[in-house]
Amino acid sequence: MRIEIPEFALIAMIGATSGGKTTFAHKRFKATEVLSSDFFRAMVSDDENDQTVSKDAFELLYSAADKRLDHMKTTVIDATNLQKSARQQVLDLARRQNVHSVAIVLDLPEKELMQRNKARAERSCPDRVVHSHYTSLQRCVKHLKKEGFRFVYVLKSQDEIDSAEIVRTKLWNDKRELHGPFDVIGDIHGCYDELVMLIEKLGYVRNESGVYRHPFGRQAAFLGDLCDRGPKNTEVLRLVMDMVRSGSAVAVPGNHDVKLLKYLRGKNVTMTHGFDVTVSQLEAAGEDFKKETAGFIDSLVSHYVLDDGKLVIAHAGIKQEYIGRGSMRVRDFCLYGETTGESDEYGLPVRLDWAADYRGRAVVVYGHTPQSQVQSLNGTYCIDTGCVFGGSLTAFRYPERECVAVKALRQYYEPVKPLNDPSAPDEPKDMLTLGDIGGKLYLQTKLMPSINIHENNSAAALEIMSRYAADPHWLIYLPPTMSPCKTSELDGFLEHPLQAFEYYRNHGVTKVVCEKKHMGSRAVIVLCRNEETAAKRFRVTDGSRGIIYTRTGRQFFTDKAIQDDVLGRLDSVLTATGFWEDFKTDWVCLDTELMPWSEKAQELLEKQYAPVGRAGRDGLTAATKAIRKLCDRRNVQYEPPEGTSGQNFDPAELLAEFELKKDSIERYVGAYREYCWTVQSVDDLRIAPFHILAAEGQTFGNMAHTWHMETIRRYCAGIDDIFMATDYVTVDVTSDESIESGVSWWLSLTEIGGEGMVVKPEIFTTKYKGEIIQPAVKCRGREYLRIIYGPEYLMQGNLKRLKSRSLSRKRSLALREFSLGMESLDRFVADEPLYRVHECVFGVLALESEPVDPRL
Amino acid sequence: MLMTITMKGSHTQELGYLLHKNPYRAQRFDLSFGKAYVFYTEVSDSRTTAALLLDLDPIDLARGKLGAKDGGLFDYVNDRPYVSSSFMSTAINRVFSTAMNGKCAKRQELADSALDLEAVIYNLPVRGDKELVKEVFEPLGYEITMRESILDERFAQWGGSLYIDLTLRGKLKLCDLLDHIYVLIPVFDKQKHYYMSEEEIDKLLRHGERWLQAHPKKNTIIRRYFDMRRSYANKAIERLLEAIPEKDTESAEEQITPVQQEKRIPLNTQRLEAVKNAVVQSGAASVLDIGCGEGRLTSLLLRERQIRKVTAADVSVSVLERAKQKLNLDRMQPYLSDKLTLMQASLLYKDKRFEGFDAACVVEVIEHIDEPRIPLFEKVLFGFAKPKTVIVTTPNKEYNDNYPTLENGTLRHKDHRFEWTRPQFKAWCCHICEEFGYTAAYMEIGDVDDRCGTPTQGAVFTLQKERKDV
Repeated sequence: MRIEIPEFALIAMIGATSGGKTTFAHKRFKATEVLSSDFFRAMVSDDENDQTVSKDAFELLYSAADKRLDHMKTTVIDATNLQKSARQQVLDLARRQNVHSVAIVLDLPEKELMQRNKARAERSCPDRVVHSHYTSLQRCVKHLKKEGFRFVYVLKSQDEIDSAEIVRTKLWNDKRELHGPFDVIGDIHGCYDELVMLIEKLGYVRNESGVYRHPFGRQAAFLGDLCDRGPKNTEVLRLVMDMVRSGSAVAVPGNHDVKLLKYLRGKNVTMTHGFDVTVSQLEAAGEDFKKETAGFIDSLVSHYVLDDGKLVIAHAGIKQEYIGRGSMRVRDFCLYGETTGESDEYGLPVRLDWAADYRGRAVVVYGHTPQSQVQSLNGTYCIDTGCVFGGSLTAFRYPERECVAVKALRQYYEPVKPLNDPSAPDEPKDMLTLGDIGGKLYLQTKLMPSINIHENNSAAALEIMSRYAADPHWLIYLPPTMSPCKTSELDGFLEHPLQAFEYYRNHGVTKVVCEKKHMGSRAVIVLCRNEETAAKRFRVTDGSRGIIYTRTGRQFFTDKAIQDDVLGRLDSVLTATGFWEDFKTDWVCLDTELMPWSEKAQELLEKQYAPVGRAGRDGLTAATKAIRKLCDRRNVQYEPPEGTSGQNFDPAELLAEFELKKDSIERYVGAYREYCWTVQSVDDLRIAPFHILAAEGQTFGNMAHTWHMETIRRYCAGIDDIFMATDYVTVDVTSDESIESGVSWWLSLTEIGGEGMVVKPEIFTTKYKGEIIQPAVKCRGREYLRIIYGPEYLMQGNLKRLKSRSLSRKRSLALREFSLGMESLDRFVADEPLYRVHECVFGVLALESEPVDPRL
Repeated sequence: MLMTITMKGSHTQELGYLLHKNPYRAQRFDLSFGKAYVFYTEVSDSRTTAALLLDLDPIDLARGKLGAKDGGLFDYVNDRPYVSSSFMSTAINRVFSTAMNGKCAKRQELADSALDLEAVIYNLPVRGDKELVKEVFEPLGYEITMRESILDERFAQWGGSLYIDLTLRGKLKLCDLLDHIYVLIPVFDKQKHYYMSEEEIDKLLRHGERWLQAHPKKNTIIRRYFDMRRSYANKAIERLLEAIPEKDTESAEEQITPVQQEKRIPLNTQRLEAVKNAVVQSGAASVLDIGCGEGRLTSLLLRERQIRKVTAADVSVSVLERAKQKLNLDRMQPYLSDKLTLMQASLLYKDKRFEGFDAACVVEVIEHIDEPRIPLFEKVLFGFAKPKTVIVTTPNKEYNDNYPTLENGTLRHKDHRFEWTRPQFKAWCCHICEEFGYTAAYMEIGDVDDRCGTPTQGAVFTLQKERKDV
């Protein structure tokens, strides 16, 4: 016997004990597909025959089945399933999970069952049990269809069992093999003229038999609601049916189509919403046409999963958990959507916004709810633009994700509720949910296949994001941490460029770009040319046109006026240099350093850096004075110290040591003072952009750093003093001469108090042996490091101890954060939903909560 | 890092006997945290000065001792090596222990007599509180001089230094001088470098035996000495009071031991009581306590029979941990613990777990949210979770006039992003009612001021009946 079961199904084995269910199930299904009651009894009690634990065993079994079905995995319930209540449980689960139910019944003659039971030796049960199983089975077998099993197969002998062949069939909604490209067309409602205009605009032409085809093999996809309210219903039906039959289109049904089918089948339907016109036109078209129409509508499937599962079409949309499933509930959702049962002021049903919660990766295109313009949210697109109400008829081109529309020739029907005003910006509906970022996260990026975020890190990030971060709509990127170069082996240096060059040489890079490191605070700038761009592109509707935020996503300036001033000045510069035109964009995201350091670090300076300097200078001055007095006394006995407590010491040696300390603290104070100046107005700020991160349609991670540097010099610098270019040199790390010039450049920077430099591979994103390498390595100056490792870090003994430090954790974090940062930009530029961008940004923040030596 | 002791008068070289340190030698002592040097900067008949110089190892401070697994207690950039701190007290105790005991085999009569002494304590972190320096040292008979400086002369606007060089002059026994310094340095520099155990109480009382009881600022001294360890401070004070039961010259306000005075109910208690009552009045059986903090309201709600389910949420994991401890969750019996759920949650992310509650309390929370993000909070709570009752409290900014420490517009808490006046809050309430279909009853909590209202304002929002079904 050929047993056809849908590819995704819940299967109940039904049969008496000793009937061969388990053997059958294990032979015909994957081991992981079969959930056997014996197995779960053993799991809770160590004894698969212990009937007293059945309740717990079944609880586990059903919870496992539930999880499998969540993941759309076919599941076989291997139990006797002879009790009606047991089967009811299977059916309930199938309904709840919107999966087809299948019953496979093994119905062997009673005699054979008895024999087999005896042969089971210690596992055998009393004959009366076998008998009662047998009779129960006989009673139930003919009712299974009626009970609700979608497919029932009964095998009546061992031969039948052995020869049974299981064939898994595709679900009707599964059209993953169709790759389009598609032109998805929204609700037509009898607007034939507009349909013809649209379809011709899309490039379809009539063939010899008058059926539209696309010369390049594109397929139209109709979202249903072909009829009602509009003027030419039969014409629309003719065109669509012809296209679908010829294979140049696919179609899903709409609620109006289903209503029409009801009518055609002779059921009583109300003649509201323009249905009367449809009916009279159809009646005029003749019986054949009516029959054909009924057959056509009847053949339509609630929704289609297309292009390897990347595109889904359904008339009223579809929830993520319904995609690819089949049940009346799924079908109803696809036709009508979900409503609260209430109605609004126009008497229209209040709809639940499934798209706001949609988190699937498939693009969902749907219609049903007329809007003045295409609504996109979380990767779903509502393209019903109310043609029949005087709006337009829209097609969504996939995979291009472009919309093509024709305006309605006139209003054919008065809408109950006016279409929303297209000029008023919608409030953003793309709310983030805790589910998007809570708990353990697995993030996939193009640069690194999978990045795990631990629960405690995401918990920390949740707090920071909630308490301090700016509106997530603005946060399209957070900068990664940066590792220093390996510790130098040279005397008197903790960090030195040689190690940075060596790192890149060892990772297949020849040319590196050394950029002067500005000692300020990291600032990411997002700037839109106008509020409309902010609303459209970033969904920020509070009237702001950009933001400057810190490396943790917090507003850089608490005073909004300062931010607006800086943004305004940047806009003037970019406008003056023609940036907007040259980059064909209305927005830009820049990675910058904002100086002075004291602007952001004032508290740190006043509470830590300056007090240490003050105490150090005063304390060491007093100490050296005291020691000098001791040295000046002639009458102190001096014996060489022996290292034990209370031993004499050499005052001159101590004086020398403390003089050195004093010199160290002076240098330390000099170092931090370098990075402080008083800011009286925006004019005193300095902003050095160093990456052009993204603009409309493009990210720049594949460009050379020299391009970034030069582009910034050309478009950002030289007009307004607050925006400056960054000095850099390029070094060939395979040439001694070039290396030497790089080192001396670094020395010249750092000797006068510079923080140091950042060494980057020529190309922003560089891979070595298939894996990304550090996008940048910093190499900090000797003097600067005093404010990191303490004033006296260079003194005898100290430096030696500091040289033992491990970078591996920092470097691994840097790579993960870099991958996430690039990913979030890519996603934003590709117009992916907010939650997809936010999870990456959130991931960076979560990784930053990982404890790592803050001095690295 | 440096302290000097000078003896003036005649035969002052005998300071060497008292300190048990030879004036003609320069000695080094190895301590666990670094080195101590003892030497004399001047030795003459009329004036002899001993110096105690500390040299802390800055890398050890930051990294922990060589070979230690965990890092040290301090940052690399740290004032510890340069200031007078608990390290100095410990060093004094180590290198001058005999002198501190008042013992001197060779010159006991000198040890027992009041001498003309002068001590300089360098870089004592008084953080600008010069008054306190006077109040602490002057009652002990010192004439004091303070040398102050500015934090960084290049940036005068950064203000004054946290440190002073303090000179103490007085006629007293050397052992008293040492005890005073030993105890009082940590009163100004509260950052102790070692773990404080209860033995510390004995130590304090021993070194303060001869003078602490009579000191008018003894409570302040003890409290600051133990800093965060309130319980130790209280125990020390109790023991001290036992020693002299009467005569307390301090003002009642400075008392730590609770004195029965007219009991004023703290604002927070009044607030929580008011919120709890509003919840009970609403008839709620399930309550969401958002921004539960350490769980004080949670605990009140939990003990109401009417309430069958309390979910306490906070955005901070560490705060939730504290709440768990304060609520004694590990030992709570099932009757109560089954009612309670603690969870981390944010008001800025839509959350299914917020749905289905009769009531939600948002007590002193909204002012911690950046104002531009309030609309999002509204949607999450009023728009999606839609509890039948929502109780919100927040400071009334107008009342801040009654807090003398809040000058020109300062907010009550550093983390407050805004505080609303009564009209501002009422306007917000109206907006909520209109937008989300609630009605609001305004609450006033705390002492009423005729002009400014109450310190806390609040509202009980009630969801209007569901719109008619179709």
